[in-house]
Amino acid sequence: MSPRTPGADLPDHPDLLWRDTEPKRSYDVVIVGGGGHGLATAHYLAKDHGITNVAVLEKGWLAGGNMARNTTIIRSNYLWDESSAIYEHALKLWEGLEEDLGYPILFSQRGVLNLAHTLQDVRDSVRRVEANKLNGVDAEWLEPDEVRKVCPVVNTSTDIRYPVLGATYQPRAGIAKHDYVAWGFARRADEAGIDLVQDCEVTGFTTDGDRVTGVQTTRGTIAAGTVALCAAGHTSVLTDMLGIRVPVQSHPLQALVSELLEPVHPTVVMSNAVHVYVSQAHKGELVMGAGVDSYNGYGQRGAFHVIERQMAAAVELFPVFARAHLLRTWGGIVDVSPDASPIVGRTPYDNVYLNCGWGTGGFKATPGIGSALAHTIAHDEPHPYVAPFTLDRFVTGALVDEHGAAAVAH
Amino acid sequence: MQLIACPWCGPREEVEFSYGGQAHVPYPDSPAELSDEEWAHYVFFRDNPKGRFAERWNHSAGCRRWFNAIRDTATYRFERVYRLDDPKPVTP
Repeated sequence: MSPRTPGADLPDHPDLLWRDTEPKRSYDVVIVGGGGHGLATAHYLAKDHGITNVAVLEKGWLAGGNMARNTTIIRSNYLWDESSAIYEHALKLWEGLEEDLGYPILFSQRGVLNLAHTLQDVRDSVRRVEANKLNGVDAEWLEPDEVRKVCPVVNTSTDIRYPVLGATYQPRAGIAKHDYVAWGFARRADEAGIDLVQDCEVTGFTTDGDRVTGVQTTRGTIAAGTVALCAAGHTSVLTDMLGIRVPVQSHPLQALVSELLEPVHPTVVMSNAVHVYVSQAHKGELVMGAGVDSYNGYGQRGAFHVIERQMAAAVELFPVFARAHLLRTWGGIVDVSPDASPIVGRTPYDNVYLNCGWGTGGFKATPGIGSALAHTIAHDEPHPYVAPFTLDRFVTGALVDEHGAAAVAH
Repeated sequence: MQLIACPWCGPREEVEFSYGGQAHVPYPDSPAELSDEEWAHYVFFRDNPKGRFAERWNHSAGCRRWFNAIRDTATYRFERVYRLDDPKPVTP
């Protein structure tokens, strides 16, 4: 038998979902950051506003930062009106996103349980459920026996360190396949003629008075009519180049997956008090996340003791997970703002828009912020959903203080 | 686990320490004269560099004393630890 050419039996390379383009010298809109938010903004600029002379600049590869490193939880059960408005807007878009993108994103509305472990947790949770109902967000308060019905693997016995005293439940919440979401947005933006430029790091800005006229990159200077910063954890690196101060701190946020298991976990469970959140991906991995590492960090990795603490919490809540093997851990860089709410909107430069401060929860907002930011850029006027989240609020005091008040796990 | 060199106790495990954010942020000299914007910057705005950062740490499960450190936020490496009453080291 004659030797065969190595690789001859391999299938052909699949069709590329988007062109890998060389940047043009000038665009109407330059979006810095090719993650979920940047790609979604590009998509809605084309779809809702017919603006297609747009570039998305990405320093690495598309959706290779936090979009590739999150726990994919989608929900809108935030306490305050401002937050629930934007997250509910996002959730409604998620519900029609597969059709909109013409691409499977494995969006599964399997519900989210936010566990309460103390009397104060119970009071805060019930208050949040009532606030959600007033805002038209689906929410219920479940007693421990009802929690057990929704998710039988949660340990609801009274014989644990922090017993489950109940939970809030949002049935419309769920998970989606993060990579597919990014690829779906990228594909549609590309079809509309938007340039997705990878391996293109922003190194500076060319300014003229109150306007930014160009973006300097590792692939040359690109003139820009409007600039939108969607760089998540690296926002401060960009705003430092512009001389804008933004009150965010970048922290590592770690998550992990187990080996593939039989379906055992039907929903999403989050616990702020013992600090873990868990769902089971379609393939079968348990996906778990925790809080941020305490110190500022850009390293896309964190300390092991944070993972250890998170596992202790997970095994306490889900004794059935005790023998599951850890497959992979990773860390992203999240930009945390003082009030745990995003910072979106105008900057001291007339034609630069900021989109940052989403902290640990930016994934769920992806379509919502994409559409609202696209509207903001197209009309040069903050969309009502993002208007409360200005940079100014730290001076006026009109904070949207979601820290701990909502189901935000920080 | 990374070892952090407490200026008083020497190298100890990272879990013994807690983080205090940016160092050398003095309380305003004349608080009554500050504008809202200046107050906002004092209360909410901190540097967030990728690279060398002067920050406060507390040896909370040890001597419980505060100290300052120069740490690289990209590599997480501690380059210098120094006492609170020491001036900020001039780094190259």
